Amino acid sequence: MTAAVAVALRVRVDPVACEAYGYCAELLPERVTLDEWGYPVVDGAPVAAGLVDLAHRAAAECPRRAFRVEAATPTR
Amino acid sequence: MTTTTLPRVERLLHRGPGGLTDPGLSGHLGLHGPLVVPPRHDPAWSEALLAEVAAAGLTGRGGGGFPAAAKWDVLRRAGRRPIVVVNAMEGEPASAKDRALLAWSPHLVLDGAELVAALSGARSVVVCVADDRDASARAVRLAADERSAAGAVREVTVRRPPARYVTGEESALAHWLDDGDARPVLRVDKSVPLRLGRRPVLVHNAETLAQVALIARHGAAWFRGAGTEDAPGSTLVTVSGAVGTPGVVEVELGTPVDEVVGRCGPTGPMAGYLVGGYGGAWLAPELGSTPLAPAPLARIGATLGVGIVVALGSDSCGIAETARITRWMAGESAGQCGPCVYGLPAIAGDLELLAAGRADAGAMARIDERARSVVGRGACRHPDGVARMVRSALAVFAADAAAHAGGRPCAGWQATSVLPFPAPPALSGVAS
Repeated sequence: MTAAVAVALRVRVDPVACEAYGYCAELLPERVTLDEWGYPVVDGAPVAAGLVDLAHRAAAECPRRAFRVEAATPTR
Repeated sequence: MTTTTLPRVERLLHRGPGGLTDPGLSGHLGLHGPLVVPPRHDPAWSEALLAEVAAAGLTGRGGGGFPAAAKWDVLRRAGRRPIVVVNAMEGEPASAKDRALLAWSPHLVLDGAELVAALSGARSVVVCVADDRDASARAVRLAADERSAAGAVREVTVRRPPARYVTGEESALAHWLDDGDARPVLRVDKSVPLRLGRRPVLVHNAETLAQVALIARHGAAWFRGAGTEDAPGSTLVTVSGAVGTPGVVEVELGTPVDEVVGRCGPTGPMAGYLVGGYGGAWLAPELGSTPLAPAPLARIGATLGVGIVVALGSDSCGIAETARITRWMAGESAGQCGPCVYGLPAIAGDLELLAAGRADAGAMARIDERARSVVGRGACRHPDGVARMVRSALAVFAADAAAHAGGRPCAGWQATSVLPFPAPPALSGVAS
């Protein structure tokens, strides 16, 4: 009954919550770089299937819960 | 300078023989005629007004340029009665249009608020005026009292949020009204309405509402009788800098930038124009013929913003002025997001050294790189606006910037700033 639809995921940073712990860049360097002050830089591109588990781990490890993995929607 | 001059348009601000017209209710009704608002929710009337405003093509005059009617669509799904918020914060130092409107046409703004309240089922209207704008607040209270004495049913209250640049950002305004914190809120999906308690909040700039009041009276076709096909109507523009009579002028959208400045008596040759505000963009003098309208400005990387043009005379230094703006804007950050908190002061510091001719060889590249880096990384668009303004300065004043970078600052760098700041900042960090 339920069709398996692959939902594209992306990563996003809540800039208000983020306090530059930098764990996200350590766990997911493929998709996160840090600026000169240690704040993460990400883009809205879909996360490759092989990186999804790491992306979720980075979100779970963020002490500020500022790193998010979410469905890629056209907003923002 | 262009020689053709469009006819003056007087829709929002009317000049009588003795100056601007009487802002009282009787004068207002005499000038604009009565306002028809149904006493209770009337779906047919609401749909008709919504269609008229949509057909008029009215866009928000608060800087975002979002179609006004589209904002009301969001509310259809919101459920509870909304609260209409009139945004007259005007945190842009170079803007005076909201003050002008509240001083001379307060009833036009309140008409618009009443119309939007009736349309959306709101029972109350909150007018937000910064806590350092006592005259504007008095004008609104006076007008609201006149209206309730004349039988207006909807309650109008005046609230006084702190006078900060970012307080006028709509999520910051709703945040402050909700719990006293005037900092912007990260909004991932802007189709989800802002809320005050459990009620959705509909925030409109004061001028947008005044335009709604005119469209309700005269219709979409009349509204489109001014401006261009893509940018219909008139708008208020605050002109300052190297002009003899700085102030607020009403112009048709699409009027060339240099013609808008021409109405205020330019004092000599220009080095450039700052359009849109402190988060806007610099235009080279040869782009002065650009129509003041969203699309033509967007094509050259600029923005209409809240309708600001600062004329920079050729005796001023664009790099020094950009440094002052950047330092001031860095201080106006809400302080929530790292890229804004660290990025803007860093950019300001390099610009200040560049202005003084004391920057190191990497400064120009660093300024550009940092300006690119902060874009899209804040909860609000504060850093994005500063980045746009800074990068436009490096392009428009490229030759001057190169001379500054080479240790030869132009003669104008120590000239007095032509920029209106609430408290003019010195070029801090630079001992002259």
